[in-house]
Amino acid sequence: MALIDTINPLLTTGWAKGDAGWSLKDYEARGGYAQLKRILSSKMSQDDLIAEVKKSVLRGRGGAGFPTGLKWSFMPKAAPEKYVVCNTDEGEPGTFKDRDLLRFDPHSTIEGMIIAGYAVGAKRGYNYIHGEIFEIYQRFEEALDQARAAGYLGNNILGSDFSFDLFAHHGWGAYICGEETGLLESIEGKKGQPRFKPPFPANFGLYGKPTTINNTETFAAIPFILGMGGEAYLNLGKPNNGGTKLFSVSGHVNRPGNYEVPMGTPFAKLLEMAGGMRGGRKLKAVIPGGSSAPVLPADVVMECTMDYDSIAKAGSMLGSGAVIVMDETVCMVKALERLSYFYFEESCGQCTPCREGSGWLYRVVHRIEHGEGRPEDLDLLNRVTDNMMGKTICALADAAAFPVRSFIKHFKSEFEYHIEHKKCLVDPDVQRAGSGFFSASATAGTV
Amino acid sequence: MNNQYDMLSSESLRRIDREVAKYPADQKQSAVMAALVIAQDEKGWLAKETIAAVASYLGMAPIAAYEVASFYNMYDLNPVGKYKLTVCTNLPCALSGGVHAADYVKQKLGIDFNETTADGKFTLKEGECMGACGDAPVMLVNNKRMCSFMLPEQIDKLLAECK
Ligand SMILES: Cc1cc2nc3c(=O)[nH]c(=O)nc-3n(C[C@H](O)[C@H](O)[C@H](O)COP(=O)(O)O)c2cc1C
Ligand code: SF4
Ligand code: FES
Repeated sequence: MALIDTINPLLTTGWAKGDAGWSLKDYEARGGYAQLKRILSSKMSQDDLIAEVKKSVLRGRGGAGFPTGLKWSFMPKAAPEKYVVCNTDEGEPGTFKDRDLLRFDPHSTIEGMIIAGYAVGAKRGYNYIHGEIFEIYQRFEEALDQARAAGYLGNNILGSDFSFDLFAHHGWGAYICGEETGLLESIEGKKGQPRFKPPFPANFGLYGKPTTINNTETFAAIPFILGMGGEAYLNLGKPNNGGTKLFSVSGHVNRPGNYEVPMGTPFAKLLEMAGGMRGGRKLKAVIPGGSSAPVLPADVVMECTMDYDSIAKAGSMLGSGAVIVMDETVCMVKALERLSYFYFEESCGQCTPCREGSGWLYRVVHRIEHGEGRPEDLDLLNRVTDNMMGKTICALADAAAFPVRSFIKHFKSEFEYHIEHKKCLVDPDVQRAGSGFFSASATAGTV
Repeated sequence: MNNQYDMLSSESLRRIDREVAKYPADQKQSAVMAALVIAQDEKGWLAKETIAAVASYLGMAPIAAYEVASFYNMYDLNPVGKYKLTVCTNLPCALSGGVHAADYVKQKLGIDFNETTADGKFTLKEGECMGACGDAPVMLVNNKRMCSFMLPEQIDKLLAECK
């Protein structure tokens, strides 16, 4: 799915030619690697470089929104061995932007990582790529070969005294490896079980060495930020929410896909860019930041702008920028059941509240959906989430709890109806028609 | 313990060497994920002996490699059909027909998730988000080939193509 529409394209400038524009020569033709060259030839100081990134107020695009420049400044200066790691594990349901970034413009991520290496004094980097996207992993390997052959990677890059090499590590199907310390364990050749923090990766990261880890979109933004200046980038968005952001819009819209818009763009505008509601049906709810973010009812989300602060104020999270759009054909109990199954299935199992709690959540939502709910189940669900949130090694337990709490909070009557009437408020035939699967192809056999 | 890895082809071992070279010299274990994928590609699935062979080649304890093989979803610890189809049914895909696509495949092949057709041709798996929800319904063929927009017609075509 190539980019369909954009306001102020930066990250997506290279996507215009689809699969024909990813190569090194295309990237160079659009000004690629110019920032790396400038930094190296002017011998820019690490502090100046980090200061420029701080000015942009670029906030991490992986989910937590932590300021990138600040993160880079945490790296100890003196350590002899450091790493830069890119998180392309992209397993948060609803998110599909990093895949397209590497598919259509892998070199912007590579350049961003090399520049990050320079800024924090690392000589080696890894890009951890989601298991399910093998073709993208292959393309990234090819792009690395191109960069190496052109002297952008390796020893004494472009004749400077800076050396940096970069490799791709391919995942193999574990959502938890998106969590940064689970990811580091995975690169080390172990089960991807998150580590207790602190120490944070900046002090104890890959192989126990100081490590900076950022999301793909974060790294990809770096060359553009340096090209236009931190302040100009910040001003594209709104205060405290710098720049543009990719939003992966999925679900019941006419044109699902990635859209790059300035931070602060109204949700209504994004929905319009995505072609509006499928079949002209009515918007019911939106999960604005990946499946781990609390769901928002239609009237609330229609008042939001797409930036960290506005979405947080509405009671959810911008997260990874995955906008999951649901219309009136959706049964909220069934939707939650699927999400709860996901967290139960993907819990790494090392914390009791998460391992047991995620199982409880799934089983109770499952029984409500299947007409076996009990009147006390909604209280039970909330109690289980109380025992999970903030009580575990990583945030997966919270991610499992947020959907449950927010679905019940905003759509309580649907849950109560299920429990009382042992069936769904939304007619099964209406639900079935919602996906468009059966109407899509009249020529195919019937099921 | 000598040469337990004889059972892997020299081509596979060469491919594993290329992966090992990505990591610091004292961190060979980092290549275990890739090495297990390569072994799975060669053998079709990962038997205990295959995992042990990989471990021996990388100088790690067999149990450490087994832990990795059992932790990540895309390793097959049991034999699978010639074509393993993994359909994403997570919510974003389900909104655009992910579950219905899986139902359609089940009906066509007469099998449920985690089953293999009697002729050993197809195994069906339920997948989690593949990071491609904008292309829903999506499915993976043998872990490495992603198929997008899998509506009934496209599914028919794919199944016919799998010889
Ligand atoms: C369960 C879980 C899954 C995560 N998955 C991802 C992911 O797929 N991609 C990602 O970039 N960050 C993910 N994160 C966030 C990372 O831990 C980390 O904060 C991020 O990679 C930092 O990069 P950033 O500062 O550029 O956002 C996840 C976190 C948790 C708790
Ligand atoms: S919270 Fe869950 S996923 Fe995270 S470390 Fe604990 S058990 Fe594992
Ligand atoms: S939910 Fe199916 S690919 Fe994301």
